[in-house]
Amino acid sequence: MNLLHLFGLPPAASTYAADIDFGLRLTFGAIVFVFFSWSVYLAYLVFRYRNKPGERAEYEKSEGISKAMIPGLVVLVLEMILIIFWEIPVWGKIKEEMPKMGDVVEVNVLAQQFAWNIQYPGPDGKFGRREQKLVSFSNPIGLDYNDPAAKDDIVLANELHLPLGKTALIHLMSMDVIHDFAVPEFRIKQDIVPGMDIPLWVKPTKIGTFDLACAQLCGFGHSLMVGHVVVQTPEDFAAWLKKEAPAPQAASSANNF
Amino acid sequence: MSEHKTSFLKKYVFSTDHKVIALQYMFTSLSALLIGFFFVLIMRWELAFPGHPIPLLGRLFSARLTPNGVMSPEFYNMLGAMHGTAMIFLGIAPLGFAAFGNYVLPLQVGAPDMAFPKINMISYWSFVVGCLILAASFFLPSGPLQSGWTAYPPLSEITRGTTFWILAMVFIITSSLLGAINFIVTGLNMRASGLTLGRLPIFVWAQLVTSAIILLAFPPVEGGAILLLMDCVAHTSFYLPQGLTILGHASGAAGGGQPILWQHLFWFLGHPEVYVLLLPAIGIVAEIIANNSRKPLYGYKAMVGSLLTILILSFVVWAHHLYISGMSPFLSDFFAITTLAISVPSVILLTCLVFSLQGGSIRFTTPMLFALSFLPLFGIGGLTGIPLGVTVTDIYLHDTYYVIGHFHYVVVAGILMALFGGIYFWFPKWFGRKMNESLGKWHFWGTVIGINGTFFPMFILGLAGQSRRLWNPLAQAHNVPWQKWHVVSSVFAGILLLAQIPFIYNFFHSLFKGERVSDNPWEATTLDWACPSPPPHGNFSSPVSVYRGPYEYSPPSHRDSWVSQNAEAS
Repeated sequence: MNLLHLFGLPPAASTYAADIDFGLRLTFGAIVFVFFSWSVYLAYLVFRYRNKPGERAEYEKSEGISKAMIPGLVVLVLEMILIIFWEIPVWGKIKEEMPKMGDVVEVNVLAQQFAWNIQYPGPDGKFGRREQKLVSFSNPIGLDYNDPAAKDDIVLANELHLPLGKTALIHLMSMDVIHDFAVPEFRIKQDIVPGMDIPLWVKPTKIGTFDLACAQLCGFGHSLMVGHVVVQTPEDFAAWLKKEAPAPQAASSANNF
Repeated sequence: MSEHKTSFLKKYVFSTDHKVIALQYMFTSLSALLIGFFFVLIMRWELAFPGHPIPLLGRLFSARLTPNGVMSPEFYNMLGAMHGTAMIFLGIAPLGFAAFGNYVLPLQVGAPDMAFPKINMISYWSFVVGCLILAASFFLPSGPLQSGWTAYPPLSEITRGTTFWILAMVFIITSSLLGAINFIVTGLNMRASGLTLGRLPIFVWAQLVTSAIILLAFPPVEGGAILLLMDCVAHTSFYLPQGLTILGHASGAAGGGQPILWQHLFWFLGHPEVYVLLLPAIGIVAEIIANNSRKPLYGYKAMVGSLLTILILSFVVWAHHLYISGMSPFLSDFFAITTLAISVPSVILLTCLVFSLQGGSIRFTTPMLFALSFLPLFGIGGLTGIPLGVTVTDIYLHDTYYVIGHFHYVVVAGILMALFGGIYFWFPKWFGRKMNESLGKWHFWGTVIGINGTFFPMFILGLAGQSRRLWNPLAQAHNVPWQKWHVVSSVFAGILLLAQIPFIYNFFHSLFKGERVSDNPWEATTLDWACPSPPPHGNFSSPVSVYRGPYEYSPPSHRDSWVSQNAEAS
């Protein structure tokens, strides 16, 4: 039982959530321990050495080079152990090592004020070309439908579907200002910077619908920029992809044959 | 020095006397703190009761800001950005650094005034111009800044109000730089004879290190702000990449810029700025604790060493604000190590302050209560920073209410409490009268309760995954179950406001009617208490000489529990 759930921590729904929860438990445990032992000591000092009539303070002059440094050095050693043996490897696993293409679900997330545009590559596995001048109300990401790779692409707003137990590689891009991809249940967060394509991976471990809320102030509609992540069984996910697939354009296929 | 006959304007307005300038800074920054607090009280109404008309004030603002009395999201963002700017740049920093530093530093080194009195005056009036520009921006068609106090582009370039914010910042930065130079020269070159570096009070050391940080940290952000200004007014693209589409319209920017560059430049100032806020507070707490525990401060050299270590380390931690900004994740490991390393000198400073109580004979005066409360309350602020400094846990906590809780514990529960303590402590020096002790205790307990009730719920909201800067938290389903904590926080923010009433009354009442006290009512040892209260023009009637260290409390060779630094050896 993780006590932090009583203080608001939502249930975990990704593979690396356990690592992050371990870190939270460890650091909060240390905080509570240090704070209470320090406070008890402080309270003792304040009570023990309160001013009493006729008593004089001790004239003790310590340069304190050694004694005062002990707590600081203990803290330093513990922190360095934490960093070297736990933090650096786990951070590397989450943020540095990206899954190889192949057996992953690839999705583009194109954030804009104040919506999440989601683009799946479709059966061909290739994302269609996008162009700024094609952006319009009905084509928010400016997908170039003359590109063959674009014909089977699925473009949605504010709904990101992911299959359970499969690694998803998400390409984060912004069309205007800085946004932030945050799903509390996944314990993941990543700023989305215009002009950059930032990869992020997640392997969901729980079926359900979670809020996908922007976590970086992006303008007047910031608090309303909320979509959903729907985690489904791989079968349901495949069926959903099929249902969302764009209808083949009759004219162009007739011309080809 | 003789008393000059000077006009009212020259004596109280365009004064070059460090004491008058210090009090000018004090009144300006305390007003800014109160105004910034009102900003956030209006925001806290919206957070606790999203979509409900603001009581009393709702109809005062224009219909564009509060349609039907309900706060608009633009207005929320304006107040948010201006709350941060007012509290940090117009409130806490000028109060701790400029006000206390200006009054106390020259006195503690035994100087008749600052090294450059005219520059000191220019520094204050430059600050006033900055304040006025910010205040005026509320009444311009563009309104004030609305992209957070950090003004991240591209958002800050496509929303209005940024230009005037930058102009104001340039004046405020200029003011800080002029002040910093003055403090360094005064603190190092105008010391009384016998006042070696090893005999300087910790407060002076803290102000010197703060000045050095200001001198090194502000110019990069000022340069960066000029580039941002060019982006806003001359349509350059220092921070803009190519091909942006703003609300359906292609942006005309040439592109080639990088938004994260601003974040680096901003936080290269932004993090050292935390120490600009903190170190004067540590200096004040050190003076009050030594004076009220009636014994020498523990670990003088360790404290000075820690201050100097902070001076260096504070410049290599800035990117811990950028772990998940999109900068290379490989950089984060370096900044995680430096960030945790900088906790060591802070721990040493706190340890010395706590050990200073051991063997003391503690007087529970109002300033001492504030100084003592600094130790655990700032402790909460510092400790809750650990999960933010650790990259892995920061992934979850970054940009949530947890961060807000953390830095408000640092700045309000820690630093502001220390600054209040400083006001009660030096008030007799400034005005020759003492503030009322029982009103001071009401102020103290009310503030402690208000602060904890306001900021502790933010840790829970943050752990629940709620983002900061949300105009309407209830628009996101996962926030709904935790809404009650916003209500709790807002109620206690109201209590915090009420708790300031005894302080404001006490301040002005004591100014005119407070109990008259001697020049050294706290029986303190440093030179600031060796001159009349209030000190005349020129401070000391004759040049002072120093014979001993700053904290000679309860020496066995003396009957009194203190020996002034300038008392000749008997």
